[in-house]
Amino acid sequence: MPLLEIVDLHAEVGGKEILKGVNLSINAGEVHVLFGPNGSGKSTLINAIIGNPAVKVVKGKILFKGVDITDLPTHERIKMGMGVAFQHPPKIRGVRLGELLEKIAGKLGKSMDVEKVADLVKMRGHLGREVNVGFSGGELKRSEILQLLVQSPELVLLDEPDSGVDVENLVVVANAINELCELNLKPSMRTKAALLVTHLGYILNHVKADRAHVLLNGRIACSGKPNEILKQIMEHGFERCAECLQGRELK
Amino acid sequence: MRRMSSGPRAQIEQLRKRAEEALSKPPAFGPDLDLSKYRYEAERPKDWLTEDLAERAELVGIDLSERQRSGTYLQLDHYSMIEKATAGGVELMSISKALESYEWLTDYYWKALSVDTDKFTALAEVKRTEGYFLRAKKGVRVDFPIQACLFLRTPRIAQNVHNIIIVEEGAELHVITGCVTPRIAEGLHIGVSEFYVKKGGKLTFTMIHGWAEGVDVRPRTGVILEEDTSYTEIYVNLNPVRTFQSMPKVYLEGRNAKCYLASIIAASGNSHFDVGGAAYLRAEGARAEIVSRTVAKDQAFVAARGVVVGESDGVKGHLECRGIMLSPTSVVVAIPELEAKARNVELSHEAAVGKIAEEEVYYLMTRGFSEEEATSIIIRGFMDVDVKGLPPVLVQQIRRALDITAKSL
Repeated sequence: MPLLEIVDLHAEVGGKEILKGVNLSINAGEVHVLFGPNGSGKSTLINAIIGNPAVKVVKGKILFKGVDITDLPTHERIKMGMGVAFQHPPKIRGVRLGELLEKIAGKLGKSMDVEKVADLVKMRGHLGREVNVGFSGGELKRSEILQLLVQSPELVLLDEPDSGVDVENLVVVANAINELCELNLKPSMRTKAALLVTHLGYILNHVKADRAHVLLNGRIACSGKPNEILKQIMEHGFERCAECLQGRELK
Repeated sequence: MRRMSSGPRAQIEQLRKRAEEALSKPPAFGPDLDLSKYRYEAERPKDWLTEDLAERAELVGIDLSERQRSGTYLQLDHYSMIEKATAGGVELMSISKALESYEWLTDYYWKALSVDTDKFTALAEVKRTEGYFLRAKKGVRVDFPIQACLFLRTPRIAQNVHNIIIVEEGAELHVITGCVTPRIAEGLHIGVSEFYVKKGGKLTFTMIHGWAEGVDVRPRTGVILEEDTSYTEIYVNLNPVRTFQSMPKVYLEGRNAKCYLASIIAASGNSHFDVGGAAYLRAEGARAEIVSRTVAKDQAFVAARGVVVGESDGVKGHLECRGIMLSPTSVVVAIPELEAKARNVELSHEAAVGKIAEEEVYYLMTRGFSEEEATSIIIRGFMDVDVKGLPPVLVQQIRRALDITAKSL
């Protein structure tokens, strides 16, 4: 049984259909990458999986651990073992990062040394700061990953963890993702899975992904080995994928 | 110093005369009230330290064990029940006793605000029912705060207190006042407060109020700051009221005087709040910051005002009003006012009023919190204001009050 299974998912945002029949299945222990041009629906897919009320599922279903979660509220999905790192997280004024992490851990009934976890993403010095207030691009990504490290979800959804991040931060973020997804363990020992959205694929230099998909116009146009797909995109852009999708549909 | 013709007694007589003439003068802000509906007599309480008093006092930061306090003033209805300072160089007594003891006190009595401001100041003079006098002598610095608790218990009475705080040269004083009523109560509380901070002095004044839905509250405050002084005022309101109107006026008369006023209002039920603060920057280097955080729900109405007037060159002032409305029937109105009367004046304001940001609620839900939990975390964060310069025991007290408030909304 796959950890996450998406079947013929159609979803709207603001009355406009963005996802037009997505099928995707991710097994425990796998890291999947999602490529796609701007506006192809990558963030919408992440938001549909996590249950953002702004994304309305009109057809199809999402199964997590074999349970249909299509109508489950977000916090229930989190309780089941999902977690997400946003591309553009909002500021939460007056709430200190450390305080939020303690609350997240408390909610999950975990006791942990938050400072120690923060060291993994070099964020110890930020624990006393207001969540995402005045954070740089790299700090935002590190803060998102830090919250996930405390949650330690079974399925990690990462929306462009490498956008707007310099090389130094990229390595820190990538190492934390490897830790989150247990990529430092032998493949047979891994229980976690991830869906990682990336625009330019920089993160793949540091995170070993198992499979890649190209999302185009609300549909999965292509799936395969991450390096091969990335190479195709780099050489021919997403147009080749569009032709491929058209060809398939004609058949 | 004093002339025979205008000795203390004569001065007070004159004040009383002016007050009597102003007894029907409507207030500049907030709902007008019919003063004839309140009772003005209350018996001296016998069994006064009751459980409800102790419990409500604790809620607003009054520690009756007085462990981390440098002095206590406790007034029940019209009577001073406790008045003592444990720290050296600090005096604390009821205002009537102080006026008897110190003839010079008339130099401060009704000098930071005018007795005929409106019917409430007038009533506080004509029907004065105690209040406290607090003085930190020259150079005295007190680590633990002085606490003052004004408890209104007898139904439908008007409690009209007059408080005076004098911080002498180089002295430093922290005060926490808790004003409370039993949960079900009716009445009027008028609190006239005059604060004088002398050269190099520092005063922090923390107010935590726990009123009840049948109570009208009219604080009237005037603060005079001399050179190199600082004044910090934190106001936290915990419970609904019937009507509340307050607009403390801070006069920064000396060079480099600084003031910071923050009010955190949780307005629920049918409460009507008209809250603000005004700072008059009258000497070079004077700085003022006025901050308000309002959360309104149910049918509550809140007008959040702020006034900064730059009257001298080289002064700086900033206003910040933020409001969140949790229900479609609640109203928050932000009214910032800036006035530059001199050339080299730097005044600014920011105001934002709206619903709670759905994006923020959703964000926290992706961290595993339910919608209610997420809302409560955001509200608690929203109410967090800068409390630097306050002793840790007060910071703790304020945080606790805000935790309770955020949970109750």
